[in-house]
Amino acid sequence: MSEPNAVEQYETLLAELQAVVEQLEHGELPLAEALRLYERGTELAAACQQLLDAAELRVRQLDNA
Amino acid sequence: MRAFTVSDLNNALRKHIEGEGLFFDLWLLAEVTEFRRYPSGHCYFTLKDERASIRAVLWRSAAERLTMLPVNGEAVLAHGRVGFYENRGEVQFVVDQMIPAGTGLLFEQLEELRARLEAEGLFDDRRKRPLPALPRRIGIVTSPQAAALQDILNILRRRYPLAEVLLSPCLVQGELAPASIVAALRRVYLESVDLVILARGGGASENLAAFNDEQVVRTLAISPVPVITGVGHQTDTTLVDAVADVRAPTPSAAAELATPTITELHQRVQELRARATAAIQNRIAEQRRAISQQMISLQRNHPRRRFDSARQTVDELLRRANRAFERGLLLEQTRLQGLQARLIALSPQATLARGYAIAQRADGQVVTDPAHTQPGERLFLTLRAGTLRVVAEETNE
Repeated sequence: MSEPNAVEQYETLLAELQAVVEQLEHGELPLAEALRLYERGTELAAACQQLLDAAELRVRQLDNA
Repeated sequence: MRAFTVSDLNNALRKHIEGEGLFFDLWLLAEVTEFRRYPSGHCYFTLKDERASIRAVLWRSAAERLTMLPVNGEAVLAHGRVGFYENRGEVQFVVDQMIPAGTGLLFEQLEELRARLEAEGLFDDRRKRPLPALPRRIGIVTSPQAAALQDILNILRRRYPLAEVLLSPCLVQGELAPASIVAALRRVYLESVDLVILARGGGASENLAAFNDEQVVRTLAISPVPVITGVGHQTDTTLVDAVADVRAPTPSAAAELATPTITELHQRVQELRARATAAIQNRIAEQRRAISQQMISLQRNHPRRRFDSARQTVDELLRRANRAFERGLLLEQTRLQGLQARLIALSPQATLARGYAIAQRADGQVVTDPAHTQPGERLFLTLRAGTLRVVAEETNE
């Protein structure tokens, strides 16, 4: 298959962001670890927004000869 | 006796006829005569058979939706309701849909097909599948020339530009349309789409026959992924609508039902970001609380405090030691006094005080036996208050 499309990328980023948030919310992490996770979450959120902002509908026509 | 006015009567008649609900949703098989279309766009005519006739009206809105207007002498199937025109006291049939009676056969065939497919369970709600929340690839089966496609693409661009669209082109009207739609559907099923939209705009022509075609319906029924139909205008219902997982009134509505908006996607991200921020703030606040707890505990255990307490212990010990010492001293003094008393009792002084005397020779020798003295010898007698010089005369034994 081709490279993952925008929806797949969005889903992957969102799933990771979700996991980060849940870890932050429930995890008994040391503070330094929590801060690093938070930073990761911020990056993921930014990547998501960027992906959404840059998305352009791709249209391909099948050859139904 | 009470006299009605004609207006009262006609009003009551209208309410009676239209209010019963008996003459709604009727199909009439009839011949059209006296057909007239007015500049307003409304059409007035008579529907009749061999023995009877009824006045009929086709309002402009309904007339515009017909493929073609009937001509006098034409046999039609007219759908509508019975109304009462108060001004003239006339019963009339208000037509909202009309097809040539020749197609009445088609209509019967369509109803027969609908019943058959329904009996097979093809239209069952149990068969309806939920739409994917975030479709990756959307297959669109429609005519590439139609406005319907542009409507769909515009909506997808605006709402959900993340998607990929696979357009599977087909004819949507004419005799070749059913086979073309079947082929286009089959073609798109082979692609890894997760949703199919089958669409056709309303357009001027209302010929939706291809969307009632049995093979088209059956091909749609075996779709591996959910199907949304957006065929014609809102008022048209075709068999493909019945078999689809979701039926949208128009192609645009189909595109909207198929997709979330990009705003929703942004919101999901923002919501998670907000939760992350709240979580880390909580974490920091928690840490701050823990630190102040530790500071309190640290102050409680400060070395000075320990020193203070040690000093207190020392003071206490000293106090106890002093008390013990003082008590010992007192005891010692008492004992000393006792000893002194005994000492005094034992000393010769006490004996002398009782009247005894100690006799000593000049050299200090104590005389305890008279035989040890010579007559005429000088002796010293020690008495309580002093010394007495005496001379020994004779001894008495």
